[in-house]
Amino acid sequence: MSSIHVTTTLNGDPAEFLCEAEETLLDVLRDRLGHTGAKEGCGTGDCGACSVVVDGRLVCACLMLGAEAAGRSIETVEGMAEGDKLHPLQRKFLDHAALQCGICTPGLLVAAKSLLEREPDPDEEQVRYWLAGNLCRCTGYDKIIRAVLDAAAEMREAS
Amino acid sequence: MNYQAPTTLKDAVTLMQGDTGNCRILAGGTDLLVRLRSEMEEPDTVIDIKRIAELDEIAEEGGGWRIGAAVSGVRMAEHAALVAAWPGVVEAMNLIGSTQIQSRATMAGNLCNASPAADSVPAMVAAEAVARVVGPDGARDVPVAEIPTGPGRTSLARDELIASIFLPAPQTRAADAYLRFIPRTEMDIAVAGCGVWLALDAAGTCTAARVAVGAVGPTVRLVEDAGAALVGSKLEPDALDALAEACSAAATPIDDKRGTAAYRVHVAGVLARRAAVIAAKRAGDTT
Repeated sequence: MSSIHVTTTLNGDPAEFLCEAEETLLDVLRDRLGHTGAKEGCGTGDCGACSVVVDGRLVCACLMLGAEAAGRSIETVEGMAEGDKLHPLQRKFLDHAALQCGICTPGLLVAAKSLLEREPDPDEEQVRYWLAGNLCRCTGYDKIIRAVLDAAAEMREAS
Repeated sequence: MNYQAPTTLKDAVTLMQGDTGNCRILAGGTDLLVRLRSEMEEPDTVIDIKRIAELDEIAEEGGGWRIGAAVSGVRMAEHAALVAAWPGVVEAMNLIGSTQIQSRATMAGNLCNASPAADSVPAMVAAEAVARVVGPDGARDVPVAEIPTGPGRTSLARDELIASIFLPAPQTRAADAYLRFIPRTEMDIAVAGCGVWLALDAAGTCTAARVAVGAVGPTVRLVEDAGAALVGSKLEPDALDALAEACSAAATPIDDKRGTAAYRVHVAGVLARRAAVIAAKRAGDTT
């Protein structure tokens, strides 16, 4: 079977790639488009390390075929910072030491950004439920939750 | 593998009909992609139905709601009128997986995956939901309860797909609820689940009830004795005891890593009791 030609939008820019039907969006992002921020933790939609946003919805890139991306808008962690200026969530993750090994971090940042776009003032319970699909085996989550709540407070002040 | 993304239902059916190999429907993909990766499934063709506009909408129909097979869980949660009409069905669907899964997973997919522990299915059976099955000979409407025939097996022919699921018009002083038990608070598969729909009269007496249990047998099961136990009662302790006993009696679970058979038998009754109380409270609130 010949490769599939896909045109899509990646972090606001037009992008195109060739892929095989079996390839997931995560395979395509990492191996064809050089966007290695999304990580493969489990490959079965359990860990959230591959979280990206597709047409405004938070998804696991491992549970979507690359071919499905045609005409969609994909947002990844690579699109969060503006040049050298980190997104408030990225800064607060550093300030709160909300990462250790870092494998879960891109997925958590993308997932947390997607929450704050819908709910700028979440309580701790909302943050914990929203992020329940993002596993971190290092931090114990408390620092992540504090970083998200702190970033939300800063972003509310700035707006 | 060949990937197809038809834009009409007719084209999807034609593709299925013309495919001589193993053909699979891709809706949310939250089950199918896991099976592809583990090579439990190696289809020759995958037909993505998300580009078919009529399968991607929630439409009102005679006071009820038709939910397209490509509609994700989060879109059901965001649909205020659907949530008001069928809170139990929507809460059951929304219990499945994480935020990420809710962005993709569909109720028709949950049904066709035919897991005995599928959360949305007991709620749909209690709601008397009807699946619209489409194939080469046209469409036929099939009660949701008749779709799964065993773990991973359905009554669909190889060239048929589910186009939508219809939830009937809600009645006054009637409501539904779904509860499941999992060992943690989020992100797990039901050890047991129970969907309850019931209707009350103006005095608060139950006039009709449908109760379905999940994860306690090879398929989700409608427990007629459990519904009958509530009719004529105001959900007094005796009636709730009879409801719980009927659900436990109907449970034929297995022992597995998620729970023992004995535990599941007991919990099926406990969940039924609690779900019935929630449904009755909601039914009272609709007046």
